[in-house]
Formats: sequence, C-alpha cells, structure tokens
Amino acid sequence: MVLLTMMAVITIGVVRLRNLFAVVILGGIYSFLMASVMIVLDAVDVAMTEASVGAGLATVLMLATLYLTKAEETVPAHSPILPLFVAVGTAAALVYGTMDLPPFGIADAPVHTNVAPRYLERSLQETLVPNVVTSVLASYRGFDTLGETTVIFTAGIGVLLLLKGRRRVKPGPKRKRIRR
Amino acid sequence: MRLDVIFRVGAKIMLPFILIFAFYVQFHADFGPGGGFQAGVICTAMVILYTIIFGLDAARTVVPPWIPELMIPLGILIFAGTGMVDLMLGGNFLDYSVMGPDAPHGQEYGILIVEFGVLVTVFGAMTSIFFAIVGRGR
Repeated sequence: MVLLTMMAVITIGVVRLRNLFAVVILGGIYSFLMASVMIVLDAVDVAMTEASVGAGLATVLMLATLYLTKAEETVPAHSPILPLFVAVGTAAALVYGTMDLPPFGIADAPVHTNVAPRYLERSLQETLVPNVVTSVLASYRGFDTLGETTVIFTAGIGVLLLLKGRRRVKPGPKRKRIRR
Repeated sequence: MRLDVIFRVGAKIMLPFILIFAFYVQFHADFGPGGGFQAGVICTAMVILYTIIFGLDAARTVVPPWIPELMIPLGILIFAGTGMVDLMLGGNFLDYSVMGPDAPHGQEYGILIVEFGVLVTVFGAMTSIFFAIVGRGR
C-alpha cells in the first residue's frame, strides 16, 4: 500500500513536471517501486526484469535521447480535455472489468485450476529445473518465448533502421549541434 | 569525466563483476530468478557503464558495432535452430526431450540452449540500439 501510494505520487509528479530530465528520473524511480511491488507479490523474475529493463536500460536510453533533444517539454498546443476524457473512459472500463475478476489471491481462481498445478507438480521430474518460471518460459511455453524473442529482434531491427539509416546531409553550413 | 581517476578505476573493478553477475543470472536461472532476458540487459549495462566512463570510441573498439548487430538474428537462429534440431531428431518443434540421454535431461539442455539464444538476441538488440542512439548526437 505504501509502495502504491508512492507510485501514485510519482505519477502526479510526472504529469505536472515540465522538466523532462526530472520526468525520466521519476520514471526510473517508478520502475524500481514497481519492482518492489513485484517482490512483495513473490514474482522475483518479473521484479528483476522490471528493475533491469524498466529502471536501468529504459532510463539510460531516455537520457541518451534527451541529450539529442530539448530537456524542457513544450507547452501543449491543444486543450487536454479530449485526451483526459479518453483516459478517464479507459480507466473506468478497466475498473469495471476488475469487478468480474475473482478475489485477489484466492486459490480456486481459474488461473490456478487449469494447467498451473500440473506445471508445479511435474516440472522438476520432467525438466530437472527447480525454478518453475524458467521451465514454463523456455520449455512448456517455448513457442511464446520464441515469439517474444522475435519481437525483440523486430524491434531492434526497426529501431536500427530508423536511427542508422542514411542521414540526409545538408550542404552548406555545418549542422548545429544541440547541447545540454 | 574522462580524466576522473576514481571513476575509471572503480569502473574497471566493477566491469568483470557485472559480467560475472550476468552469467550467474543466465546460467543459474534453473535454480533462481533470472534468465536470458535479464542477463542480456545486464550485459548491456556493462557496455553502457564502459561507454559512460571511457567514451563511445573506446567502447566501439571493445565491442565493434557489427558484433551486437550480428547477434540480433544469431540468437533467433539459435532458438529456432534448436527447434529444427528437435524436428530432425524425431521430436516436435521445440520439444527438447529428444536432445538428451533421457527426456528430462533433454529438456534441461534444451532450456539452457534456448535461454542462451534469448541472451544473445537481447544483448545484441539492446547494445545496438544504445550505440545507435548515442552515436547519433555526434
């Protein structure tokens, strides 16, 4: 609860701040808090991913991007009414959706009664891997993980195509370099 | 920052341990949290630290950009190739049971190989993106 409150405070800070440098750092803190929440929920694998990717790598990449652009957010040109309406509508739909979910942590929720017990019981005998997360990720759900890796492949290739593609070199005066 | 002795020495001490930690996360994933995704990002963190302390040119000498770029498809090939090997050995695609002396050991080897493929792709993609973004401002 404390963690969630802190996350809410950080979100408000992110919305209100105009200095993008502070926003990026707050985003990193938000990811670390999210990782702590995952640890509280005993999902250490997810927490590790969140801490390394969300808090570590994403922050560094955002800072590197910030070096190329301006560090101050421009004043929005449109009124925020319509985006606010869309966001509130989506949030309301999501909250309405949670009404039908089984109570949090209950043992006979559908996720726990389908294939999960079989994984938990047989994983060690079938794969000799004590960490069920790893065996599910790489073996039982190998197709999914292959798909995920392909997503990273596609994303990497796409970003590289955009960033490393031939730069249009303007003839004439030297290109102005944007400094921090 | 390039003249700061403390940063340089401290980074040199830390770099091998970051790499060891990445491989620990990678190959200890059978027993504890972690796996290819996390280990790949930690490897990239090592490259990023090196770049911050010693500069982009030095980092490009240590890790020439074509290596991570080659690693992006290579990891996918390792992953999908494992599936193809399973097919040739008479199993289903990505059914590692046929790869070892018995089914559980086959599964164990398969998981190790596949996780390594994930590590290769993630490290390649993340490092390439980092180099591309950082190299653009120059």
